[in-house]
Amino acid sequence: MKGNEAFAEAAIRAGADGYFGYPITPQSEVMEYLMAQKPHERTGMIVLQAESEIAAINMVYGGAATGKRVMTSSSSPGISLKQEGISYLCGAELPCLIMNAVRGGPGLGTIQPSQSDYFQSTKGGGHGDYRLLVLAPSSVQEMADFAGLGFELAFKYRNPVLVLSDGAIGQMMEKVYLEPQKPRFTDEEILKNTPWATTGKTPDRERNIITSLALESAKMEQHNLALQAKYRQMEAEEVRFEKIGCEDADYAFVAYGTSARICQKAIQLAREEGIKVGLMRPITLFPFPKKIISEMVARVKGILVVEMSAGQMVEDVKLAVEGRVKVEHFGRFGGIIPSPVEVVEALKKQIIGG
Amino acid sequence: MAEVNINTEIVQPENLVYKRTELLTPNALSYCPGCGHGTTHRIIMEVIEEMGIQAETIGIAPVGCSVLAYDFMNIDMQQAAHGRAPALATAVKRLNPDKFVFTYQGDGDLAAIGTAETIHACNRGENIVIIFINNGIYGMTGGQMAPTTLPGMKSSTSPYGRDVAMMGNPLKITELVAQLPGTLYVTRQAVHTPVAVRKAKKAIRKAFENTKLNKGLSFVEVVSNCNSGWKMTPRKANEWMVDNMFPFYPLGDIKVNE
Repeated sequence: MKGNEAFAEAAIRAGADGYFGYPITPQSEVMEYLMAQKPHERTGMIVLQAESEIAAINMVYGGAATGKRVMTSSSSPGISLKQEGISYLCGAELPCLIMNAVRGGPGLGTIQPSQSDYFQSTKGGGHGDYRLLVLAPSSVQEMADFAGLGFELAFKYRNPVLVLSDGAIGQMMEKVYLEPQKPRFTDEEILKNTPWATTGKTPDRERNIITSLALESAKMEQHNLALQAKYRQMEAEEVRFEKIGCEDADYAFVAYGTSARICQKAIQLAREEGIKVGLMRPITLFPFPKKIISEMVARVKGILVVEMSAGQMVEDVKLAVEGRVKVEHFGRFGGIIPSPVEVVEALKKQIIGG
Repeated sequence: MAEVNINTEIVQPENLVYKRTELLTPNALSYCPGCGHGTTHRIIMEVIEEMGIQAETIGIAPVGCSVLAYDFMNIDMQQAAHGRAPALATAVKRLNPDKFVFTYQGDGDLAAIGTAETIHACNRGENIVIIFINNGIYGMTGGQMAPTTLPGMKSSTSPYGRDVAMMGNPLKITELVAQLPGTLYVTRQAVHTPVAVRKAKKAIRKAFENTKLNKGLSFVEVVSNCNSGWKMTPRKANEWMVDNMFPFYPLGDIKVNE
C-alpha cells in the first residue's frame, strides 16, 4: 500500500468518526482512498470534502468539540492555511489527528518531498504559545501505526497530534500490517470519556462550553500555565526514538522520516570504509529526544544532522549538545532527496575531516 | 445603580405575565443598552425551551459582539474562529445527526471573512440553522465598515460615508443564499417592535422545526441596530434603521420551501 492509503485505512480501523479534507498533492490519496472505501457503510465514519483547508480544520474543531475522533490531512501550503484553526484547537484543548505530507516550499514551492515544515510543526506554527505532539513516520508501516497511536495520544492529552510525513513516505509502496477494526466510540463512551464535550446540556450537568477565549489576563495566564504543564508532561512521558548502530559508533547521524532511511544506507556505506557511524532517529519531534542526544555526546565525536531542509532540526540538536561536540547540518531541499553517497561525503568533509 | 422599590405584594403567580426563560443564564448581557442582540438571544432561547430541545441543541458562537453568547445561552456551545461557524456546525450536525445545531453570526463574521463557509454550508444543504445579525457595522472592534454597511453610511473606516466606487457595494448575502438549492427557508426579520419580535420568533421557530425535515439549511437574518457604532441613541437608531436599513434590506420571507 501507499503511505497515504495505509494512513487512511488505519484511521478507519482506529475507529475514526470523521475526516474533513481538501485535495492537495502529494496527499490527495488519503481522501480518495477514504471515499472509495465508503467508510460510512463500513463503520459509519463521515468523510467530507470541504470547500477549503480552512473550512476542513474548522470542521475538525466542531467535530472534536463533540467528543468524536476526527482528522484531516494536507500538504505544506494547505497546512499553512490550517494554522489558525490548529491554534484554536490547541487553545480549546481539543483532540484531533492531522497529517502533513510535506512538500518543498516556500510558497507554492514544489510537489516533491521535503522536510522544511519542521519549525512550523514543532515550534507552534500558528499564533500563541502552544505545541503539537508530533510523530514522524519513516515507513508505510509507521504511517499506519501512527494513525491509531495519534488518536490515542490526542485524547490522552486533549491536544492535536500531527503526523509529520513527507511526499516520499506518502507516495511510496511497502508491505504493511494493519490492526483489526476497532469500534467507533459509542454515545455512552463519549459521555464517560469526554465529559467536557458539547453533546447537549442535560439537566444533570452544567452547560459545556468549548472556547479558547479568556478576556481576563489572569485567567488567560492560568490557562497558558496549564497548557505548559501539559507540554512538560508530554516531554516526560512521550519521547519516542530509535537508535541504529550506535553501540560502537564514533559519529552519529540524527535524522527523521525519509532522511533517516537514507542515513541507514549511508551507515552501511560508511562502515564498509571503516567509519563507525550510527543513527539516532527521533520519532517524536515534539517532545524532542534531547536527553538521549545529550547522552550520546559522551561517546560520539561529532554529529551530522541530515534533513531535507536548509537546517531546522539541527537547532534542537545543537541545543541538546550544548557545544560539547561538533554538530553540522547536511541537507538538500526544494524537493531534492539526497543520496546515501552524498551523506557519507558530507560526514567525511564536515565532521571527520572538518 | 439606583435602588428600585418593588411592591412584593403584587408579585403573585396569578399576576405574572412574563418571566425570563430558564435557558438564559442570570449573567448580565454584555450588549449595549438598546441593541437587538439581547432580544434575539431571548427569542432563540424561548424557542428552544418551548420545543423542549435544550438537551439536543448545540449552539455555535462567532467572533464579534456575540463572542460571549455562551455566557448567556444556557445550552452546550462552541466558540468558533472568525467566520468559521458554519464549518463547525457542518461537522457537529453530520457527526451528531439527531441534534439541533445553530450558528449565531454577525455581518462581518458571516458576510465578509466567513463568506466561503456561509455559501458552501448553504449550498451543501446542511441541516442546520443560521441566525444572522445584520447591523451594518463591526460593533465589537469599534464601528468599522462592514460588508453590509449602506452606501453613504458613516463608519470609523468610512468616515465620510461609504463611497461604493472606492469601497465596493454592500452585500445582500441573504438574497444570495436564497438562490442556492441547499437552502430550505430564508427570511429577513427585525426585533425593534413587539410585532417584529413576535414575527422573528415565529421565523426562528420555523427554522428549528425545519431541522427535523432534513431538507436543507434554514437562514434567518435579523436586521438590527447598533446605536453605539452608529453613534445614535437607541431610539434614534431604531428610527434610522426603519428609514434606511429596511428599504435596502426589506423584511419578510425570501424563500419558503416545504
